[in-house]
Amino acid sequence: MPLNQVPLSWFLILSAALFAIGVAGFLFRRNIITVFMSIELMLNAVNLSFIAFSYQNKQVNGHLLAFFVMVVAAAEAAVGLAIILTVFKNRATLNIDEMDSMKD
Amino acid sequence: MDLILFLIFGLIALVCAINVVLQTHPISSAVSLIGVMGSLAILYLLLGAEFIAAAQVIVYAGAVMVLFVFVIMLLNAGKEVHKGRSFMVQLLGVPLLIALLGLLAFLARHMYQPETMVHFGGFQGGSAQAVGHALFTTYLLPFEVTSILILIAIIGAVVLARKELD
Repeated sequence: MPLNQVPLSWFLILSAALFAIGVAGFLFRRNIITVFMSIELMLNAVNLSFIAFSYQNKQVNGHLLAFFVMVVAAAEAAVGLAIILTVFKNRATLNIDEMDSMKD
Repeated sequence: MDLILFLIFGLIALVCAINVVLQTHPISSAVSLIGVMGSLAILYLLLGAEFIAAAQVIVYAGAVMVLFVFVIMLLNAGKEVHKGRSFMVQLLGVPLLIALLGLLAFLARHMYQPETMVHFGGFQGGSAQAVGHALFTTYLLPFEVTSILILIAIIGAVVLARKELD
């Protein structure tokens, strides 16, 4: 394989790997902040896919979608971290296993 | 050259992403996540997305992660307490995730034949000018809706995080 080009599918496979790792973190971790960071990791993986598809179609639309994902992720981080602050103020814990008052 | 660049930064992104999940201390996870975002910005540059690469560094690696680190320090979040997980999770978790990854990789490999080859400079339409033009013509309505969304997020964050005044 020549050194000056990369198959597009490698980008998509990297994106899939990052997404799978993000899902793993979301499901396995118990710290609410790490769970939140896993969500950001998944959003980043999807962004990489958007940019790769944009390259494939030689259009700028994928960049715009990635841009909107970024904006929504920033807004989501602000609100989500405020919620984490409030939860910590009321319960003094970051463990998601202990936040189960809606179960009973 | 492009291949070497992709391999180096793809590998950094993968290792840092695994580190995000494996580290028990949240601040180590946050620093690893900054590594993922930085190397993804390089890959965006490789794909011809200059504006998104700059926005990735400024918005994600800058603003969002500073917010994360700030909250981690504010809450003084310590190490995660490890509790035993159920037997099914330990047995099936990792194989199922590898199956998900394999399925996604298979689809990515076979959906787009013949394969596009990426080389630096192969797509010139990702400049700030092109993105801005599309943003203010085709995507004007989503852009305006986004501004309202951010306004709502600001108000929501302030209301949620304010001190209770009795």
